[in-house]
Amino acid sequence: MTDAARRPAGELEAEVLAALWAAHAPLTPPQVQQSLGGTLARTTVATILARLHDKGTVIRSRSGRAYAYTPAVEDEAALAARRMHTELEKGDDRSGVLARFVSRLSPDDEQLLRGLLARAEEPGSRP
Amino acid sequence: MTWAVWAPLLAPLLAVPSARRLADILPPRAAALLLASTATLLALLSAGALAMLTAAGLLRLPLIAGLAHMSAADMRRSTPVVLPIGALAALTLAVAAVALLRTAQRHRRDLLRATDTAERHGGAGDLTVLPDPGADAYALPGLPGRPGRVVVTAGMLRRLDAREREVLLAHERAHLKCRHHVLIILTDLASCLHPALRLLRTPLTFHLERWADESAARAVGDRKLTARAVGRAALAASAAPALPRPAMALAASTGPVPRRVAALLAAEQPRPHWSSRLRTTRPAAAVAALLTACVLASGVCALEAATDLHANIESAQGAVLAHDGHWHVHHDEHFTA
Repeated sequence: MTDAARRPAGELEAEVLAALWAAHAPLTPPQVQQSLGGTLARTTVATILARLHDKGTVIRSRSGRAYAYTPAVEDEAALAARRMHTELEKGDDRSGVLARFVSRLSPDDEQLLRGLLARAEEPGSRP
Repeated sequence: MTWAVWAPLLAPLLAVPSARRLADILPPRAAALLLASTATLLALLSAGALAMLTAAGLLRLPLIAGLAHMSAADMRRSTPVVLPIGALAALTLAVAAVALLRTAQRHRRDLLRATDTAERHGGAGDLTVLPDPGADAYALPGLPGRPGRVVVTAGMLRRLDAREREVLLAHERAHLKCRHHVLIILTDLASCLHPALRLLRTPLTFHLERWADESAARAVGDRKLTARAVGRAALAASAAPALPRPAMALAASTGPVPRRVAALLAAEQPRPHWSSRLRTTRPAAAVAALLTACVLASGVCALEAATDLHANIESAQGAVLAHDGHWHVHHDEHFTA
């Protein structure tokens, strides 16, 4: 928690928004806090959600006594993104200047990767 | 003009394999910086050599020599570079210049287009989420007046847990903070000037990813978690269905992602400092020496060729001035200048 307090506000906002996107349904502040692994104080989460709502980044609806939050998406923008993403996938980022998190896996690589992850998850396997 | 002018054109043939070998031994940050700086330096030297060959060859033509106020006959006597070689060098230089412009344009177009997409969508802090079900994530470098952003699809966020998402964000932030795109662009532009330098691009990408992986592991304080995030993201992004196959070891043909995951899982204990490892690993020291020798020789030869060409041009200009009866004037100017 002290660690979270020292991080820039932008990073905390990014994490809260990522949690809302990862969820399949609107989340209340306690649910957001829980989905972040409890690393942020509940009041911090509530403040960030209120700020994101003021900016129009998220929309909220009544859920019992509290508000539940979900990312704001415009349909047109969503369509444009899908079109854009497909273009990028077709190799339109030909220059490769966008550093991607992960590259394509060959079938061999995929099998090898599954093996590596399974071995890492085995109890008592401290590498 | 001496034989030395050819050295910068040949040096990459030996320097590129050496740099790749050395990069595999060095830690990711040093490896990436080594690859990008080797590419940039060798590209500049080889472009310089091409320019000198062009000048030496074309100045044998009386018309062009006349424009430079010098004697073509004198140039023909003093330089062994024949006209066809000069013309070929000029052509190569022109092709390289066109390739350079096109590459710069392609980078610019991709960056502008991706920035345009990111700006159409909601985000918070430095994160932009694309409402796309596919799994993808990348670092979008900032343009003047616009900070860099981490762009992630909704599909990717849904497939990772909270701590894995933290790894993803830390990884992409490392790309942005350390300006990795500058190294990518430099190496791509260098490849336009000498085709052998293209072989440095794939290792550069790999070591930049490793660099960002290590930064992310430090940020979240957990190598195993980082390995899992990279692995699970790659599996999520991979369209191929899971096939039951026997387990394999890392092979030479193994792609970058399993190698990144294995590196994160393996190096739990701090490794000795790379300089001490270099000293203890004799083959590595030999490769480092070879690479240094290549780059140094290339630089010294380019300097030697430039000095020689300059002397030839001076003397050919002197010949013209002497012929016009201005030799003494020129001589005096030369010493007072």
